[in-house]
Amino acid sequence: MELLIFYPLAGFCVVLALGVVLNNSPVGSAISLIGMMLGLAGIFVLQQAHFLAILQIIIYAGAIMVLFMFVIMLLNLKEGDDTGWIARERNLLLSVLTGLLAVGILYKISGILFTAEMDTPAILPDSFGTVATIGETLFTDFVLPFEVASILLLAAMVGAVVLAKTKLD
Amino acid sequence: MLEDSVPLSHYLMLSATLFVIGIVGVLIRRNVIVVFMSIEIMLNAVNISLIAFDNYMNLSNGQIFSFMVICVAAAEVSVGLAIIIAVHRNKPTVNLDEFNLLKW
Amino acid sequence: MDWITEILNVTWNFIVLFLNENIPLVVGSVKAVIIAVAIMSVVPALVWLERRLMGRFQVRLGPNRVGPFGLGQPMADTVKLLFKESIIQSSADKFLFHLAPAVVVITAIAAFAVIPFGEPFEVFGQTIEMWGANVNSGILFVFAISGMGIYGMVLAGLSSNNKYSLMGGLRSSAQMISYELTLGLSALSIILLTGSLSLVDMVRAQETYPFILVQPLAFLLFFIAGIAETNRAPFDLPEAEQELVAGFHTEYTGMKFAMFFMGEYINMVTMSALVTLLFLGGWNAYGLPVWPIVSFAVKVFFLLCVFIWLRSTFPRIRYDRLMTFGWKILLPLCLLNLMVTSTVKVIWFP
Repeated sequence: MELLIFYPLAGFCVVLALGVVLNNSPVGSAISLIGMMLGLAGIFVLQQAHFLAILQIIIYAGAIMVLFMFVIMLLNLKEGDDTGWIARERNLLLSVLTGLLAVGILYKISGILFTAEMDTPAILPDSFGTVATIGETLFTDFVLPFEVASILLLAAMVGAVVLAKTKLD
Repeated sequence: MLEDSVPLSHYLMLSATLFVIGIVGVLIRRNVIVVFMSIEIMLNAVNISLIAFDNYMNLSNGQIFSFMVICVAAAEVSVGLAIIIAVHRNKPTVNLDEFNLLKW
Repeated sequence: MDWITEILNVTWNFIVLFLNENIPLVVGSVKAVIIAVAIMSVVPALVWLERRLMGRFQVRLGPNRVGPFGLGQPMADTVKLLFKESIIQSSADKFLFHLAPAVVVITAIAAFAVIPFGEPFEVFGQTIEMWGANVNSGILFVFAISGMGIYGMVLAGLSSNNKYSLMGGLRSSAQMISYELTLGLSALSIILLTGSLSLVDMVRAQETYPFILVQPLAFLLFFIAGIAETNRAPFDLPEAEQELVAGFHTEYTGMKFAMFFMGEYINMVTMSALVTLLFLGGWNAYGLPVWPIVSFAVKVFFLLCVFIWLRSTFPRIRYDRLMTFGWKILLPLCLLNLMVTSTVKVIWFP
């Protein structure tokens, strides 16, 4: 059953990720990315990480991507005026090299991956991936990173306000 | 055959594929917003492998790491998009190649 | 003709065997269909109720020509909308233009999957639960799905290729992101009190008294943010007629236009149901001799009337005031409420 869900979902994610990169309009890219994130949330559910799946939807698909959409609307980007491709005549060599690099990385990684030994998941307790378990780990072993993350978010918030404001007084 | 579970390497392969797609996006696209989205793809790709390792080794650490990754992504996107808006105000373009002067 | 009966027999046996072995699946599907149909058929009734009540609030009659008390009005409206020409401008992005209303309705209905209506009961040896699914983080699921609902409006604004639509889309995305914070943070105090994210557990925790008595401020904040999330007056800035024609759905006609309205009304029901579950005790009747589901429905109905009452009472507020109100008044109040709640909980009820 897991197989039956995993492969279509994985294919869906890869196709949409390609859609992000290859789409000509930024809106199309953003829609593909939202779809990919929902697909990834499905994969997280498959791996029993329910809380992370919901976080993925709330934060990534629900907040970050809305921000992207918001900026696309604000700058009023349309399909025609996007010239964002490197592959023009003068850069042909560069794009070929990029493609080779990508294929090389994938080949190298896949060579390492298929020697990995774990074939079956661990026997998971019922509490795996629930809010309670994650919260407990977060507030005991990872208190310091958690606090640092909150400071990071605060700094980012202030930074975004300062940068986006038209005139400072 | 349907009772089999997916081997860990397939999750890692998916993660690697998405990561490479993200890299290619950053390298070949010049639209700054699409480049940003490709970075998001890479961050997401890493999350898959973190959670897959969690699932196969019965840990919670990977989920905490992906939680932190999501935090960092949120911070990065808010600042980055603010920068894009600020730049766009001075020079109305989203092409990265044209962001080549410190002052307009 | 023997082979036909043979095939029919085999098929029938297979179906019976399959159903017997998969009773939870069958029960689940039936429940899903019933919930979806019920939610969709509530919408016309709600439109009728709103128009009649608004008429009374504004000292006029409201629709009263079609059928007794104007009850045939929703039917007439539906027929009219179905037969209208569906116009798509040539400059619109076709795919996104069609996608937007679908996103609005799908997310609105999907959020209802985790809303419980009453205690489980037994029929034919099967325990029938009065909810679509009891996800262990039900309330987060509702927030996640309603967060996805923003895209319907954003896409409608983007794909219409119209200034007013774009402005409406911008406004709705900014407004919904801002008020989602208040919504989540005020629900957090209830999560603190129950110690669970499951909506069923929250209702069970209110068996002796409803949480509105201990969390009046959170109730108020949640309800205000809920009105803003559903884009209802006085927070209906994304579709302010005087400034934006009709906001994000300016270019939509016929049934696609109606789907936006369906989404809005279903969201209204979801929000009322959430407020009922979180603050008004859900299906607990507190000694009154009524069925749990009746108690739940009466509370939801009352809240829906309050929604309509607010719409006909308050004028629409200005856009900058809306943002200031959300970020500088509601959010600090939320954080204050959360701080007091957690302090009290830690000190007196550890």
